[in-house]
Amino acid sequence: MPATARPLSPHLSIYRWQVQMTTSILHRASGIALAAGTILLLVALLALAAGPEAWARVVAFCDSGIGRVLLLGWTWSFAFHLLNGIKHLLQDVGWGYSIPQFVRNGWLAVIGSLVLTALVWAWILMRTGAA
Amino acid sequence: MRTPLKRAYGLGSARSGRHHFVVQRVTAIALVLLGAWFAWTALRLLQLDHAGAYALVAQPCNALLMLAFVIATFWHAQLGLQVVVEDYVHGHAMQLVLQVAIRFLCFLGAAAGVLAVIRIALGH
Repeated sequence: MPATARPLSPHLSIYRWQVQMTTSILHRASGIALAAGTILLLVALLALAAGPEAWARVVAFCDSGIGRVLLLGWTWSFAFHLLNGIKHLLQDVGWGYSIPQFVRNGWLAVIGSLVLTALVWAWILMRTGAA
Repeated sequence: MRTPLKRAYGLGSARSGRHHFVVQRVTAIALVLLGAWFAWTALRLLQLDHAGAYALVAQPCNALLMLAFVIATFWHAQLGLQVVVEDYVHGHAMQLVLQVAIRFLCFLGAAAGVLAVIRIALGH
């Protein structure tokens, strides 16, 4: 504890929940997840360059249980970071700053990312079979 | 008031404060476009065997876009991770170690990706 009890600025626990809190932290979380996901991007590109055996190992990993869970997580991270990133770019040029727009666009990023993820995986499961 | 003396001592603004902000946005705009292309391409790759996937990435236009995607991705990742570490990691030593490590890893990642795409593009 500091020697003098100075007033502290209110922190997260003081405020009523708002969707912007969630989109803000999810943007960071999804960004970190995507940075980790670049490992798979690199492994896939290096395997593609290396030959059919290496490529087959990458495909087998992606098709495994853990591979599918990771890919699902990265699909959502990608969709959310993309949509929320577009929202941030629009806000950077001064668009969408009224409170109703701000809240609506936060929800659009959250719900849109879930819809995009569902669409992508519906397409994947239809094209590659549900195996 | 700014005086010439301030500039002479080197105590004024380095005038580089905007740089991180601008590059983060420029790479973000690039990644909106390249990311849409990459998502589409990744879904096409899923349906192909090695020879088909290799041929798809080896096409000049696709190889070029994949190079741009890899570079923009690691550049944007470095800028983003830098801010996360600046915000959450306290202590000068750990800050320095992590910031240097992030730059090294992102550069190595970009270089490895570029090398792989070049091998694929020239491999025919």
